[in-house]
Amino acid sequence: MSYLNNEPIERHTFAVLVDNEPGVLARVIGLFSGRGYNIESLTVAEIDHEKQLSRITLVSRGTRMVIDQIKVQLDRLVPIHTVLDLTDGGPFVERELALVKVVGTGEHRVEALRIADAFRARVIDSTAESFVFELTGSAEKLDAFVDIMRPLGLAELSRTGAAAIARGTATI
Amino acid sequence: MTAAPTTDQTTAAPKTMTGAQLVLEALADQGVDTIFGYPGGAVLPIYDALYQQNRIKHVLVRHEQAAVHAAEGYARSTGKVGVVLVTSGPGATNAVTGLVDALMDSIPLVCLTGQVPTHLIGNDAFQEADTTGITRPATKHNYLVKDVNQLARTMHEAFFVARNGRPGPVVVDLPKDVQFASGPYYGPDICKPKNYKPQTEPDHAAIERAIDLMVKAERPIFYTGGGVINAGPRASELLTELVRLTGFPCTNTLMGLGAFPASDKQFVGMLGMHGTYEANLAMHGCDVMICIGARFDDRVTGKTSAFSPNSKKIHVDIDASSINKNIRVDLPIVGDAGRALELLLAAWKKRVAAKPKIDAWWKQIEFWRARDCLRYGQTKDVIKPQYALERLRAAIQGRDDVFISTEVGQHQMWAAQFLPFNKPNRWLTSGGLGTMGYGLPAAIGAQIANPGALCIDVAGEASILMNIQEMATAVQYRLPVKVFILNNQWMGMVRQWQQLLHGERYSQSYSESLPDFVKLADAFGGVGMRAEKYDDVDRVIAEMLAADKPCIVDVAVDPNENCFPMIMGGHAHNEMLLGPEDRKSQDPTAREEGMVLV
Ligand SMILES: Cc1cc2nc3c(=O)[nH]c(=O)nc-3n(C[C@H](O)[C@H](O)[C@H](O)COP(=O)(O)OP(=O)(O)OC[C@H]3O[C@@H](n4cnc5c(N)ncnc54)[C@H](O)[C@@H]3O)c2cc1C
Ligand SMILES: Cc1ncc(C[n+]2csc(CCOP(=O)(O)OP(=O)(O)O)c2C)c(N)n1
Repeated sequence: MSYLNNEPIERHTFAVLVDNEPGVLARVIGLFSGRGYNIESLTVAEIDHEKQLSRITLVSRGTRMVIDQIKVQLDRLVPIHTVLDLTDGGPFVERELALVKVVGTGEHRVEALRIADAFRARVIDSTAESFVFELTGSAEKLDAFVDIMRPLGLAELSRTGAAAIARGTATI
Repeated sequence: MTAAPTTDQTTAAPKTMTGAQLVLEALADQGVDTIFGYPGGAVLPIYDALYQQNRIKHVLVRHEQAAVHAAEGYARSTGKVGVVLVTSGPGATNAVTGLVDALMDSIPLVCLTGQVPTHLIGNDAFQEADTTGITRPATKHNYLVKDVNQLARTMHEAFFVARNGRPGPVVVDLPKDVQFASGPYYGPDICKPKNYKPQTEPDHAAIERAIDLMVKAERPIFYTGGGVINAGPRASELLTELVRLTGFPCTNTLMGLGAFPASDKQFVGMLGMHGTYEANLAMHGCDVMICIGARFDDRVTGKTSAFSPNSKKIHVDIDASSINKNIRVDLPIVGDAGRALELLLAAWKKRVAAKPKIDAWWKQIEFWRARDCLRYGQTKDVIKPQYALERLRAAIQGRDDVFISTEVGQHQMWAAQFLPFNKPNRWLTSGGLGTMGYGLPAAIGAQIANPGALCIDVAGEASILMNIQEMATAVQYRLPVKVFILNNQWMGMVRQWQQLLHGERYSQSYSESLPDFVKLADAFGGVGMRAEKYDDVDRVIAEMLAADKPCIVDVAVDPNENCFPMIMGGHAHNEMLLGPEDRKSQDPTAREEGMVLV
């Protein structure tokens, strides 16, 4: 299998439309763990209440052969409607959201606020000794923000996985 | 699975009945005449409903695993969906091995499991198990029905999923309160699944490209598998016609045996780990490989990096995930094997006037065939297992109504090598999971489906003990199944690996304290016989064939015989061991990669 050849590892983002029914997430996750695929991030929410459809955005890494397998393996799960490999499908945008709690006073507090401003993070909660920043962007941007906040009193972090969508008029 | 389907075809309100009755109604509408099961608290309402009707026959097995294997035997020998009914908790967990077996071998099944009442789910109630959780990776799909209004629809969808696309097992978990509740019954035609639409029609342009490759081939081969059997008997006929029309050689996987007649000159035998010399070398040396309904299993490919290095590969499969999984192919064709064969045949007839000239290739194949790789040394002292099977072959020659099942091990491989499979659906074996204990219940399922036919389980003395209790089922239903034990007093296949790969350290592989199989047959109410000498073989076979009761034939065979040819794990097709004399030329222990494969 893949470990026998030295193919390069690729990072791919998939958009998956599924019936919003019990067990569907377990099926997807079970597929990944059972077949040894890697999940870098997974985000899921209902997107159509009437049709009971959810959209899963899934980021994985693997050789070309593994990436292709992931798509067809997902495709054959019964409650799955559509699987789109966004990375293969052309340009797309991908965003994550982070809530970052920074605790501190004095110099650090001022500095944190200044950097948050530079990153266009919003302050969504503040006390005399803390801020909660909300930041959206690429994973790299979020990583960079978190790294800078660390010495400035980063106390707690909550991040979503990626949400992604193709650019232009194309739809899933 | 949300809104209940509307009865748009009739103005009459749907019939209302209990959940238990709904289940049976749906089974009947799906054409089910027989189910295999075992009762328990959580399915008592269904057993009660069964008692009060006579459309569906229930076969009482003696262990739930056997219910699933029997349903597999029933399904494989008929092409229909096999049906199983078991209780919650231990009933469901006992069925799991059979479900995985069916999943691996693409056998269509619907398995109904009882569940504790919905209000107790999650409470660690008596005999509660998370059946849908446990069976999620063991099935093609599964359902938990919490609302009786969804029951009819779910039942029909379960059958649709089991039988369409790549077939497989489907579990429907039925809480006891849902079996008691009353709900509407809807027929199969208004209960279509929402979005399960497997692709059956192959891409026509790809078919033309396949013909382009086939016409130009100098060293072609057909490599066909269980998918051709899954596609129905017509697909096997079409395959046979296409192979004969092209004049190409054809090899079958273990699961594909019978898809092309073994008696045909163009058949080069099974391929793979214990396949023939000619089949494996032809696969290795071919320039165009036409794979239909086979999945490049590691027991077939051997070392993947050295697998058929110089060929263009065409792969027809209904499951896109079977394509490019282990081996990269040049021309993938997603679709039903029968339909693809129909199109290939039509395109070939339209475009090709005469058989391509591949005489040099056939000459080469005949040269390989002349090695006579299945030869063995029979002496008068001891019965060789191959000899026993050759005598069995002679005894069933020309009969059209013979169903052979097997357990797992050397005897299974010898049965594949030595018995003639000329038609599909006559060969029942556990290929993907390799489940010891499969053969007897599978033979029972085949015998139920084919009354009057000859159903033989070729067994090893170790495997047969894994589901021996099913002799009682066979006796109860007066099924004259034959258990033909090649008794080598060892877990032969394990012993063979220990001999060849683990320095002859025979750890725990001796079949100690075996029962007296003749007395055992007798104790169950069947009949037993034993062959100890070379001259006994024909006699016991004749007695076995004449017996009108379940019978066990205990054939004492050479304990030291190994199964050849053999490709050791991690080796290529052209590195086959043909017999004990080949051992020294290879040092398999030097290859770590080979050691870890099974
Ligand atoms: C002890 C032991 C030794 C073994 N040694 C060997 C050996 O030497 N040689 C060997 O061949 N096997 C051997 N096996 C069996 C092996 O493990 C695999 O089970 C077998 O090779 C798989 O067969 P297959 O490729 O035909 O696929 P199957 O498991 O039969 O799968 C069928 C394929 O066809 C596809 N399909 C299903 N329906 C359709 C349809 N309607 N149209 C098109 N495609 C369809 C499926 O998607 C799947 O890809 C051995 C097993 C055991 C237990
Ligand atoms: C349920 C199960 N357990 C273990 C194995 C591993 N296994 C494969 S073949 C074999 C030995 C089978 O012995 P026997 O039935 O006597 O057949 P023989 O190989 O001697 O013909 C074993 C233990 C298996 N395939 N299935």
